Amino acid sequence: MIASPSRLERKPALANQRLASLSGSLAVAEAMRQTNPDVVAAYPITPSTLMVEKFSEYVANRLVDTEFVAVESEHSAMSACVGASAAGGRAQTVTSSQGLAYMWEVLYVAAGLRLPIVLHCANRALSSPINIHCDHSDTMGARDSGWIQLYAENPQEAYDNALMAVRIAEHGDVLLPVLHTQDGFTVTHSLERVELLDDKTVAAFLGDYSPAHPVLDTRNPVTLGAIVMPDALFEMKRQNAEAMHNALRVIGEVGEEFGEISGRHYGLLEKHMVDDADLVVVVLGSTAGTARTIASQLRVAGMKVGVLRVRSFRPFPTQELAETLRGKAAVGVMDRAFSFGAAANPLFAEVMSALYLHGMNVPLINYVYGIGGRDATPGQLASVYRDLALAASAGSADPMVRYLGLRGP
Amino acid sequence: MNERVDQAGWRSLPIGGAILAPGNSALYETGSWRLKRPVVDMEKCTHCMLCWIFCPDSAVLVTRGRLQGFDLDHCKGCGICAKECPVRCISMVEEATVRERA
Repeated sequence: MIASPSRLERKPALANQRLASLSGSLAVAEAMRQTNPDVVAAYPITPSTLMVEKFSEYVANRLVDTEFVAVESEHSAMSACVGASAAGGRAQTVTSSQGLAYMWEVLYVAAGLRLPIVLHCANRALSSPINIHCDHSDTMGARDSGWIQLYAENPQEAYDNALMAVRIAEHGDVLLPVLHTQDGFTVTHSLERVELLDDKTVAAFLGDYSPAHPVLDTRNPVTLGAIVMPDALFEMKRQNAEAMHNALRVIGEVGEEFGEISGRHYGLLEKHMVDDADLVVVVLGSTAGTARTIASQLRVAGMKVGVLRVRSFRPFPTQELAETLRGKAAVGVMDRAFSFGAAANPLFAEVMSALYLHGMNVPLINYVYGIGGRDATPGQLASVYRDLALAASAGSADPMVRYLGLRGP
Repeated sequence: MNERVDQAGWRSLPIGGAILAPGNSALYETGSWRLKRPVVDMEKCTHCMLCWIFCPDSAVLVTRGRLQGFDLDHCKGCGICAKECPVRCISMVEEATVRERA
């Protein structure tokens, strides 16, 4: 992630904001303070710890009214969030890696019960061998759990996503839990310039949460979590698919509304010099910054290159992505996780499906990079564009899956 | 408010598997997997109502303080009624034998 000087010098877009120098973790903790959730239940795990450590300080100092539940595990953290959300409260948690894996079965419960819980995540490799640094194996492991997944590039977007996640989750056409994530250490522990909204603006943006059927409403008793037999589970899962489909629209709407109050507009995808590009790199998270810097340098050298950053992995903006990539000469897809035994890795599989569904046969290369926190260097990104130029002139790419920064024999 | 979930389309079911009004099990036959059913000897029964108190499925049928029999759409055949009966007037009979005879 390389920040351009112009971005650092720029003043906040609107008068309702102040500047701060914050890491991604502290930016999320600030968003949590402003959200003032009813319940936060969390168990610390590197590299997400600082978010909840800072937030528990806010609880101790009575800056929020939140009931903070210091649980004994992430399984309990998500379980407590399920209970709190079912009771009608705004519930949030924080985790990474093994913690997310330990929440796994309860992630499905939260999504199936349609509880708008927000999970602030920091990406970290899953064991084994144990590693504390960033890759996307943790969140990719939860990709089919029914949670919305948003990937931030930098501390600013982590802050913004932490606020937008609440509105997306609670939208009546969605009512799904939202996981928003940032690259462990690269974003969570890097100080950057962040524009913070004032508390009043955030409160007005978030509004009050009024759940349709809180279980603590004794005048309207409701049962949640009863067994459902083969006669109805299918229909209920179909509803979840519809809610996820609706989220494609709602993420855009909330992103636009957030843009009006902050000056920062968000869609499902972020396009950098993509429109007239021949060669495009598709990427999640902080590596987009490095890719943009290299793409800008190559533009000066006369190469028509661009960067397409996917903000929303679930729901995946299949149609918009395919339309954006129509007519490109070659596309490189950067995966920071393996899908062992699959034809290709997670992001690549989505891009490949999208292009096939829209009748496009573009040379594609899948790059696995950054595993276990391996640096994603400018040199690697430059080599990707060089590969893509070759694939474009050959009209095909072989091998399809390649590894960036991997030592050979 | 309640309708059977197997009769509603996916768009009209409450989301999240929520049951929005209490008591909807009355709409379903939930005793179909019972292995034994309670059979009462009315000559011995004292109508003490202990079976009615203990039945976890509210499947003991009572009218004006007198035992009438069992709601076999909802009785799971757990045998608690037979166990608690102080005069041992309830016996648990194999479903298979009852159904053969029927």
